[in-house]
Amino acid sequence: MELKEEKPVADKITIGELHLSGCTGCLVTLADNYEGLFKLLDDYADLVYALTLVDVRHVPEMDVCLVEGSCCLNDEISVEELKEARAKSAVLVAYGACAAYGNITRFCRGGQWNQPGQEAFVPISEVVDVDLYLPSCPPCPQAIRNIAVMAYLLLKGNDEQKALATAYLTPLMQLAQRGNEACGCDLMYDVINQGLCMGCGTCAGTCPVRAITMEYGKPNVNRDLCIKCGACYSQCPRSWFNFDVMNNYEGIIDAINGAMK
Amino acid sequence: MDVLGNYKSVISARAADKDIQKKAQDGGIVTTLFAYALEEGIIDGAIVAGPSDEPWKPEPMVVTTKAELLAAAGTRYTISPNLQLIKEATRSYGLDRVGIVGTPCQVQATRKAQLYPIGMRDVDDKIALVLGIYCMENLSYQALEAIVEDHCNQKMESVKKMDIGKGKFTVYTERGAVSQMPLKYIHKYVQPGCHVCLDYVANLADISTGSVGSPDGWSTVFVRSNKGNAVWDGAMAAGLFETKDMEGVKPGLDLVKKLATEKITKNQKHVDERKSFGLKADGTPKALRNPYETP
Ligand code: SF4
Ligand code: SF4
Ligand code: SF4
Repeated sequence: MELKEEKPVADKITIGELHLSGCTGCLVTLADNYEGLFKLLDDYADLVYALTLVDVRHVPEMDVCLVEGSCCLNDEISVEELKEARAKSAVLVAYGACAAYGNITRFCRGGQWNQPGQEAFVPISEVVDVDLYLPSCPPCPQAIRNIAVMAYLLLKGNDEQKALATAYLTPLMQLAQRGNEACGCDLMYDVINQGLCMGCGTCAGTCPVRAITMEYGKPNVNRDLCIKCGACYSQCPRSWFNFDVMNNYEGIIDAINGAMK
Repeated sequence: MDVLGNYKSVISARAADKDIQKKAQDGGIVTTLFAYALEEGIIDGAIVAGPSDEPWKPEPMVVTTKAELLAAAGTRYTISPNLQLIKEATRSYGLDRVGIVGTPCQVQATRKAQLYPIGMRDVDDKIALVLGIYCMENLSYQALEAIVEDHCNQKMESVKKMDIGKGKFTVYTERGAVSQMPLKYIHKYVQPGCHVCLDYVANLADISTGSVGSPDGWSTVFVRSNKGNAVWDGAMAAGLFETKDMEGVKPGLDLVKKLATEKITKNQKHVDERKSFGLKADGTPKALRNPYETP
């Protein structure tokens, strides 16, 4: 196979990944699209900033910035880079549960070798405004792929594509406005307590740490296991269900598959 | 979208296989379609409601053979949280092509999992066949228990058959007793989440089915997606169904449409009432959360 370096396609969008206090699982998730990642980079997006994947030392201008990890308030560089990323990007995404909700870093009490003074880890929205949330730990390759394709359509598509991308991305943008605390308890507070749960089982099927079991038709959360990733609530069909997008599921799945061919 | 959703065709059908007809109530459509899809390799397993260690309490299970599928067949009276296994089916069970059956809300959950696979790694393209069952409302297990043990005064473990029809909830026991509860009492037992449900005939399924609209022992089948269409055509070509033109059957599509309209109108009203459920200090209404507007 011949390898050649092609010039970037002119109308691609630019995407970067800013790595804060995360485990790199989110970055690996991007790569877990395998050949899909190459397709994204060939046709839709230039990766302009990312740990180990791109040799750029300083936060550049970009259309979409994916922020991985929570922000350590005791680490000046993290705070500075996060603010710089906000200033230099059109769309800032809390990519993964640590950035969105703190996730496992919520449990940090400091005193760790070799940075004992670092103890204050917050979701990035404590420091900067965030446009879009992609919860879960780790996020799913297919979810970030869909968001990348939709971001491309939003910024470079025709009117119809822009409308579709807007409709698709809206709930994820609303999620960013909803708040930066997540827990399996959200299923109680905002689904069951609101009289909205119908026992479908999605939350239990979603939880990455198997903290949820279905007991007599309702989720039961083992709160000691919960890492506060927000996947259960955002995946629940009763957190949001946007008929304008869902009714067109067949067309959208075909369009995404087509875009990735 | 119309209350009946998009569909390519609607047919009245029942399984040609007498065993399936006997085992599965109301036409055996789901069992036959999954059996066909398993045999053809369209799916390599399906998530269905199976028995649990408590009487009449369904539990989701993954079946990978026709025998397992037949063993699990039958109508359930409370919801089985089938989505619980959707990721697991692709992991512990190693399935690449998953079939799933569910209520309209579960079909919605499945489509959301495909379009927004937030916590559903490597699941979206492994969902190969989604079958939907009509649903007016559902009961929790404890509600079913209250109806059977309190209203009907029978033990759950002694019940052989339950049946809803002619304005009554009827239970038949192993030893031949028949007890009934007027259906009007069922209202307070409906799970609250069902009151905001805006789908009756699983509009987002590949194929959806239910007994309403067709004669006893037959089902009304909506073939909806391209995938559903291919599976249905294949099963028809294999002679797995007896069918009747929907135009000719009684009570017919009008009844399905009537019930769908009634359900959706009633529940849309409930969704709207939630918007002005409470009262703010300034005298304006205070809303409950609306999942159709924002998370
Ligand atoms: S996903 Fe939502 S509606 Fe479904 S069982 Fe869990 S909390 Fe209830
Ligand atoms: S219960 Fe599970 S899915 Fe929900 S927030 Fe906790 S860890 Fe995440
Ligand atoms: S009425 Fe709706 S919410 Fe309730 S079980 Fe049926 S499909 Fe689900």
